[in-house]
Parts: sequence; structure tokens; C-alpha cells
Amino acid sequence: MIGNDPTPPGAAGSTLLDVAELSKRFPLRRGGFFGGGHTPMVHAVDDVSFTLARGETLGLVGESGCGKSTLVRLITRLTDPSSGSIRFGQRELAALPAKAFARDADRARIQIVFQDAGESINPRFTAADAIADPLRKLKGVTGADLKAKVEEAAALCGLPLELLDRFPHQLSGGQRARVGIARAIATRPDLLVLDEPTAALDVSVQVTILQLLVTLRETLGMSYVFVSHDLNVVRLLCDRVVVMYLGRIVEVGPASQVFANPLHPYTRGLVAAVPRLDGLRDDALRLAGDPRSPIDPDPNACRFHGRCPIGTDRCGTEMPALRRFAGGRQAACHYAEEPP
Amino acid sequence: MSSSTLRHARHVVSENPVTGIALALFTFFVLAAILGPSLAPYDPLASNTMRALQPPSAQHWFGTDQIGRDIFSRVLVATRLDLGIAAASVALVFAMGGFAGLASGFFGGWVDQLVGRIADTIMAFPLFVLAMAIVAALGNTVPNIVLATAIINFPLYVRVARAETVQRREAGFVDAARIAGHRDIGVLLGQVAPNIMPIMVVQMSLTMGYAILNAAGLSFIGLGVRAPTPEWGIMVAEGAAFIVSGEWWVALFPGATLMTAVFCFNLLGDGVRDIVDPRRRT
Repeated sequence: MIGNDPTPPGAAGSTLLDVAELSKRFPLRRGGFFGGGHTPMVHAVDDVSFTLARGETLGLVGESGCGKSTLVRLITRLTDPSSGSIRFGQRELAALPAKAFARDADRARIQIVFQDAGESINPRFTAADAIADPLRKLKGVTGADLKAKVEEAAALCGLPLELLDRFPHQLSGGQRARVGIARAIATRPDLLVLDEPTAALDVSVQVTILQLLVTLRETLGMSYVFVSHDLNVVRLLCDRVVVMYLGRIVEVGPASQVFANPLHPYTRGLVAAVPRLDGLRDDALRLAGDPRSPIDPDPNACRFHGRCPIGTDRCGTEMPALRRFAGGRQAACHYAEEPP
Repeated sequence: MSSSTLRHARHVVSENPVTGIALALFTFFVLAAILGPSLAPYDPLASNTMRALQPPSAQHWFGTDQIGRDIFSRVLVATRLDLGIAAASVALVFAMGGFAGLASGFFGGWVDQLVGRIADTIMAFPLFVLAMAIVAALGNTVPNIVLATAIINFPLYVRVARAETVQRREAGFVDAARIAGHRDIGVLLGQVAPNIMPIMVVQMSLTMGYAILNAAGLSFIGLGVRAPTPEWGIMVAEGAAFIVSGEWWVALFPGATLMTAVFCFNLLGDGVRDIVDPRRRT
């Protein structure tokens, strides 16, 4: 029942998603009327590589505008990448245009829970219509079978069945979030991308939704890519974490280690910025200023250069590569070995 | 669903009595259009020169015209033709303009350019003059009046549909639909179109009044329906000659009916919006 006849019958721990050198650039404006000339490009996602194992939860953190959302749209195949590869199981998906992927057999296996559940449910659809939509389109389920599957998904997500014929504006924020999750798990995906699933919710509701997500991961054996601003949630929920800055990955590693002992100065700044009960903050690590422009960034300079508390001239002339460290960690900083 | 819509409609009407008046008038006009010919006390085409230009009386409620035809019967019978032309042209422009606007807003690029230029070209003309030109060029038959009325309303529908679509093109539910396996055309017709329906229905109701006026206007200047067919515009045109000599009723009654019809559809627009918009449903 779980999974959709998995094309590569992978065991837990085997790689489900392998993203390599993935980039997405948006032209800022069209080339001049007379042709030629350089078109400025926004480097939204730049040379990003990471893997996701079956059953794993990967956190994706970084400030607004760092390319998280674009990366999410790339791996859910809503947008076509400019270059790079996205291997899903045994299959290369990057070359497949997003339009063609809409009706692909693997579409049902990659699903997403959107940031704002209220906005992501068609206001003219009832909750049942919304949950039924992917089942009908991707699985060809109809009639009584469809009703049963919708109710099953709703029950899994703790959505009372009597709410199924309500419109989104008649539901509370938490109920909408449950509809959004029920819709995403209805096709029993292998990979579920969670794009700040609790950002629009009250704190009290956030907890119940996060608990639901943890339960669902166990029951349905899904892998999560979990995007969030909330580092505490990422620390609790994720096995590994990817930290992004201005379109590039600056640090990857097991969540517990990354947060306890960050290697990259940007991660240190992020961790230091988490509010703490004792009120102590490391002012030396406070990130000042704004990120550099993502438009045609200097390929030979660290993106964090200028804002980095430990940056040197070398950072302005040599882009640090993502290097491997002990314990399965990676960081893109020339000075990652040095104690903070 | 339908019973809740009905309940909501009742709520809207009780909240805003003007909508109730508009609805009552609308029902009245629709009944007149359907039953008019069988209810008319006289043959609308039968002339009786013995009784020409008689003022309103118990026998002839709206009086008689220059060749003794009963004006009340003619006004009543004309309802079907006037409303029919307007309804047909609104339906036509709703299909053409609505779809063009949806596609233009959703796909952007050359589709948007093409549709935008066509709409601009139409708007470059004084609209009534354009309608005159179309009917004059194609011949004054009822289908051509319908077509001309639809064409001059085309830019309005395109702009409304396009603006509403652009707002929703990037909406979360559009991405959600793609994730659920819908292709462009499915997203457009299945997801975006239902969401712009309320505003399009309001638009239809508002242009309905304008379409009636336009059809009557064409007939008034002799480019629409031809005499002796009973039609409000022609009747006003024929009656206009007699106002100076004191026979006011010949033009007044068809004119007042025309005005009431336009008024009714304009009022109805606001009420319809309240009824079809689910966000106002409580």
C-alpha cells in the first residue's frame, strides 16, 4: 500500500534523491532590441549538490531570498533547472520539462506541502475536492474508491470527515494545513517536500502539525525535505541539514552537529541568532547588513564576503569550495577548520 | 450546495432591497420575453388607421401609433427580440472575450500581445460607430447585430478576464494543481476559470444593459432590426417625430421600457456579485 510500485525497490538508507550541480538562473530582462549585449542574470540557485536517503528528513535553512523556494520548485519539478541533475531513485528528472512531468508516472511520488495552506487550496474547491484532485489526476481513482481514499487520507491527517465538504474559507488555519497535508500524502509519495508548513500557523497549532508530520513519516515511510526558518524545529525534526546562503550551499551535516558546532561563519551567525531563554547572545556573531546582490555575482568571491566576521582578502578573490569534514559534514569556507 | 446558494441569495436580497427590486424586474422582463406574444392583447403588426395616434386609454394602455397599432402589444412582443439579441451577444462575448482574456493573462508572451493588440484596435474606434460600421458592412440582420454588439464589448471582457487571471496565475493553488498533475489547459479551465466566474457574471449582468441599449440604438438609427418588426429602438425612432406634435406616448412607452430594462440589469450586477462570490457566503 505504501509507495507507488517503487521503480527501484530501494531499502531504507539507499539514496532517494541525488541533486548534483543544480543551478537556476533567471534573466533579469530580455536581451536588447538589437540583440546581443549581456543580459543580467539572477543566480537563484547556484551549483547545489546534496543527497537524500530513503526515510531521511533533510532540513533546508537560510534567510529569505537565499534560494530555498527556488530549490524547492526545482526538486518538485515545478520549474526547469538551468543546469545540473536531479536523480530521483534511478531516474534522471532534470532533463524532463516541467510541463511533461505534470503527467509523469513519478509525479505522484514527489509531492509538496505548501507554505500557505489557505492560498494553496482553490477557493472554489471543497476540502474533499482538493484532496481528491491528485488522486483523480495522477492515480485515475474514481467513484466510491476515490471517496474512500480521500477519507483515508483525511483520517491519517486528523481531519474530521464532516469538514470534508467545507470550502477553505470555512476552515481554520490548522484544518487548512491538514487538508494541504492530506492532499500531498493522498498519492502516497516517496518524497514529501515541506515548504515552511507551519509558517502561517499559530504556535499552538504548529506543534500539533509538526507532531502529525512526524507520525506520518513513520506510518508512510516517506522522506522529507523540510524547509523552515525555525531552527529549533529543524534541529528537532531533521536528521541532516543543508544551510544555504545566496543560492549556494554553505554547510551540510547532521543536524545535531551543525547546530552544536557550526563550521561556517554564516551558520554560526544563524545559530547565534536563535532566541534563547537565558537571554545570552554572542554579539560577535551577530550578522550585520544585507546579503550581496544575487544578480551576476562575482564567481571568484565568497558570497558571504563583506558580511562575514572572519573574512579576509582571500575570500574576495577565491570562491571557497564545499569541502568534506569528519562526521559526514561539509562546509564552504576557507577557514572552517579554525576555531571560532 | 444549491440549497445553501439559495439561502444565501435570500440573505443577500434581504440585506439589500435594491437587489430584490432588480430581481423582480428581471423576472418580469424574462416572463415578458417568454410569454409576451401570447399575452399581447392585439396583433403587434395589425394596423388600424381608424384608430391612429390615440392617447393611452383603457382599451389601448399605451395608446396607438401613427398607423393605429397597439403600442402596449408592440412593446410587450419586442421584449423577446431585444432581450434575445442582448443575451446572445453577451453569451458570445463572454465566450470569446473570457477565453481570450484567460489565455492572455495566463500564458503571457505572444498570446498576450496578440489579444492585447486586437482589443486595442477595437477600442481605438468610437464603439457605437464601430458597431454601425460592422452592421452596415455585413448587412442588418439579427445575427450581425449580435456579432457587432459582442465585438464592441470584447475589449472590456478581455481586460477583466486578463486582470483577474494575472492575479491568480502565480497563486498557490495553481502550483498545487500542477503538482496534482494538471497541465496548462487544465489549470486554466479547471482552476483559474472558476475563480474568475463571479466577476465575469457581474460583468455579463452589467453589459447586458449596455447590449440592450446598443441593439436598440442601432435600430433607432435604422441600422438594426427593420420596421415593421416590433423593437424598442425602432419604436422610439418612429415616435420621436410625433413628440413635437404632442403625441408623446408613441416614443415614451418603448423608451421608458428600454430604460427600465437597462436600469434593471445594472442593478442586478451588484446583487449577482454578492450571490456568486463564495467568500461572502456565511
